[in-house]
Parts: sequence; C-alpha cells; structure tokens
Amino acid sequence: MRITIDRDRCIGSGQCVMTAPGVFTQDDDALVALVPGHEDGSGDPRVLDVPMACPVQAIEISEG
Amino acid sequence: MTETEIRPTGSPAPSFPLDRKCPYQPPQAYADWRGDSPLSRVTLVDGREAWLVTGHAEGRALLADPRLSSDWGHPEFPVVVQRTEDRGGLAFPLIGVDDPLHARQRRMLIPSFGVKRMNAIRPMIQSLVDRLLDDMLAKGPVADLVSAFALPVPSMAICELLGVPYGDHDFFEERSRDFVGAATSAEADAAFAALYGYLFELVAKKQADPGDGLLDELIARQLEEGALDHNEVVMIALVLLVAGHETSVNAIALGALTLLQHPEQLDVLLRDPAAISGVVEELLRFTSVSDFMVRMVKEDIEVGGETLKAGDALVVSISLMNRDAKAYEDPDTFDIRRSAKHHVGFGHGIHQCLGQNLARAEIEIALGTLFARIPGLRLAVPLDEVPIKAGHDAQGPVELPVTW
Ligand code: HEM
Ligand code: SF4
Repeated sequence: MRITIDRDRCIGSGQCVMTAPGVFTQDDDALVALVPGHEDGSGDPRVLDVPMACPVQAIEISEG
Repeated sequence: MTETEIRPTGSPAPSFPLDRKCPYQPPQAYADWRGDSPLSRVTLVDGREAWLVTGHAEGRALLADPRLSSDWGHPEFPVVVQRTEDRGGLAFPLIGVDDPLHARQRRMLIPSFGVKRMNAIRPMIQSLVDRLLDDMLAKGPVADLVSAFALPVPSMAICELLGVPYGDHDFFEERSRDFVGAATSAEADAAFAALYGYLFELVAKKQADPGDGLLDELIARQLEEGALDHNEVVMIALVLLVAGHETSVNAIALGALTLLQHPEQLDVLLRDPAAISGVVEELLRFTSVSDFMVRMVKEDIEVGGETLKAGDALVVSISLMNRDAKAYEDPDTFDIRRSAKHHVGFGHGIHQCLGQNLARAEIEIALGTLFARIPGLRLAVPLDEVPIKAGHDAQGPVELPVTW
C-alpha cells in the first residue's frame, strides 16, 4: 500500500491520527506525518478509512 | 435582458431555524421538509430564501468545495442569526474568512491545538474536573450541572490555554453568551464591543508583560515577523474565547442529559469506562450541538440534481446530515456501540473545528469522571421542564437541575 500525504492541504484536524494511530501522527507543527517504519500502512485495515475521514482530502492511498 | 429565476410556486419555503422541542432531537419539521431529497428550500430571518443541505454525502462534498464562501464580511452573506452589525469593519478570523487568509491564520494556530498538545493538557483538564466535582458533591444536591460543571470546565481550560485570567470569567462568560445568543443585533453589538475592549487591553498588557499562553505566543511571533497586528490578535482571541465558551458547555451538559435519558446506554459506559471515546463520537453525531453552518455560493455548483447559483444562500444542516439514513443505520437511535465515524458534528472541509481535540478531551474527561464519581446521578425535574436554547443558538440546556 502506498500512502501519499499532502501537508500543504492539511489543516491539522487529527482525524487521521484518531483513525489509524499506528500509521499517522502529527509533527511539531501539528501537520500530518507518517510514523517512521509504518509508511506502508503496516497492513492496518483502518488506514483505508483515512482518506474519507480527512476533512480536506490530504491523504491518498494506492496499491503497490 | 435580466434573467428571472423561475421556481415552482406554492407555499413559501418554511422558516429556518426552528426551536427544538426535545433537547437532543432536531425539530420534527426538519425531517419532514427533507423527505427523500438531499436539498430543500427554507426562508431565513430576513425573508431571504436559502438551500438547506441535509444529505450526508452531498453536504460533505459541498463543504469541501472552494466555490462556497464563509466570508461573513461580504455584504450578501446570509443572515441566519442576528449577528453584530457594527464591528468597525473588523473581520472574524478563521471561521468568517476564506482561503488564503484563512489558511494563514489556521497555520499559525494549529500547533496549539494539535493532537500531542491536547494530550499533554489532559492532566490539567482532569484536575479541574476533579476539583469542580469535589465542590459540587460537597455542596450536595440539587445542583445546576451547567453552571456548576459544564460551563466552568471549558471556560477554565480555554483561559488556561489562551492565557486569559479566569478571575474575569463572570465578565466574559456573560458577554460571550450575549454575543452568541443575542436576540437582537444591538445586543450582539454591545457584547462584541465589551469583549473587544477587554481583549484589546489584555493584549496590550501582555505585550508589555508577557505570560506563557497562546496569546503570548501569537504576540511574540507577530513581533518577531515585524509589527504586531493588534486587531488581528485581539480578533483571534475573541473568536477562540467565544468558541471555547459556547460549544463544549453544551456538549457536556447535553451529553449528560442524553445519557441520563438512555439508562441502558449509560449502563454500558458504567461497566466499560474505556468506551468513553466512542460514546463522545456518538453524542457528537446524535446531539449535533452545532446544529447548522452557513455558506454563500461563489460560483454555480451542480449537486443532488439541483443547480446552486452564484450568490445563493446555503445552510448546511449538521443535525440532519448526522441523521441521514444513507450514512447511518437507524440514525435516530442513540447507540454508543455504533461507529459514528464521518459525523459532521465538527463540520467538514477547511473550517472543520480547530478546537475539536480540545473539545474531545474536555467532554471525555468531564462525562467519564462525572458518571464514575456519581453513578446515581439523575434529573431533578422532568425532561420537559429543562429550559433549552433557541434554534439559532448552539443547542443545549440553559440549566440542568440534577440530584443524586
Ligand atoms: C463540542 C464542542 C464543539 C463543537 C460541536 C464545535 C463545532 C464547530 C463547527 C461545526 C465548526 C465549523 C464551522 C463552519 O464550518 O462554519 C467549528 C469551527 C471552529 N471551532 Fe469548534 N466546536 C467545538 C468546540 C470548539 C472549541 C473548544 C474551540 C476552542 C478554541 C473551537 C474553535 C473553533 C474555531 C476557531 C473554528 C473555526 C475554524 C476554521 O474556520 O478554520 N471549537 N467548530
Ligand atoms: S486528517 Fe487530514 S487535515 Fe486532519 S491532520 Fe490528517 S491529513 Fe491533516
């Protein structure tokens, strides 16, 4: 799984962190970041729900 | 040639908003207007017609659409609430401006409301919740849960966060209430002027003698970048102080009331305190304390088989989106075991609530601790004697007499 994050769009809502806390985090600016070592989603099925949870479409998921 | 808009005639579109009858249910009439359609028509306080968006999918798509505007300062921006008219041309930061100005302001503030920062202040919220409950228990029943608990929790928390002296709380709690709940724009203007004056002086004091709150950080950052935009800092403070006061109080009080009215659900929570975060999400969905949001259409948009025209007024119904049967099974049932994901209790799109992680922490800690310490809590009056706020206001009880 390939996760693409768009930090320019991010509004720091934290929905991604709430939905899949092992994969998404916020950096010191409270903008979205991927948890180091888990950039591929670590097989967490909740990751699939994150694009819909994000209020500003800052997260995309593709296969591969 | 001017184009005349032709709409199906018949009875005029019904007035919006209406008052709730039951504190946690949207007025029955709303659901009737909706029928099966994701959009319907309503009439606003000044006689202007507006779209009412009630479909969950359609509403989310619209809220993410940059062709909608939140520019409260625009002369054609729809009036749903008697807002202040005389602000001397001051814009409302964040909630009342569009990108790119909105994005600039939001970027400045999100570190102070991020997930990590909010987790770090949980112990502070827990200790003030404990203290307030100690006092309430010491005084004994009957207590007004709003003034004894639901209001001071978020009020103390936002003061602590901003660096506003809580000692002045009587003053700004009252003005904040008048500003948001005002029946006339003259009342709202007076409350606005008082709050503005208070915060203007506070910012000046802080500039001379800095503390360690969010306002002090904002002042320091602006001074670092060049000049202090005194008005902007004051207006940001005003929006945050008012938002911090007029929202979580309802979520806590109405949340407690909803749980008390659903004892079998409360029982699940009492037996499994870890369920609290799911309880809070379902409460946010089911009670929709912010009942609606307002937008203006900037460019034509096709949605749900209708064309929204540039200049049209739009009301997005949070309560009906949160109870759309296409999004939630059995939507009118309060069920803390369901997944309430994708609810729009905090809105959606670029304006989605800046304070949502603070609010979640406040509501979780407040309700979790309240019921853990007073499992026998109950209403001291029948439900229909609980006074509630008007339809244009944030939804919740004005007072909530409880006993134990
Ligand atoms: C349960 C409590 C709360 C609810 C239900 C709530 C609801 C909302 C909603 C629906 C919006 C979107 C408005 C729109 O799009 O027009 C919003 C925005 C906002 N809220 Fe909250 N809110 C809550 C708590 C708070 C708290 C505690 C703060 C404290 C600072 C806060 C600050 C804000 C701000 C600044 C915005 C504007 C954000 C922007 O435009 O980027 N809210 N809130
Ligand atoms: S859900 Fe979207 S907006 Fe919110 S923090 Fe994650 S990426 Fe940013």
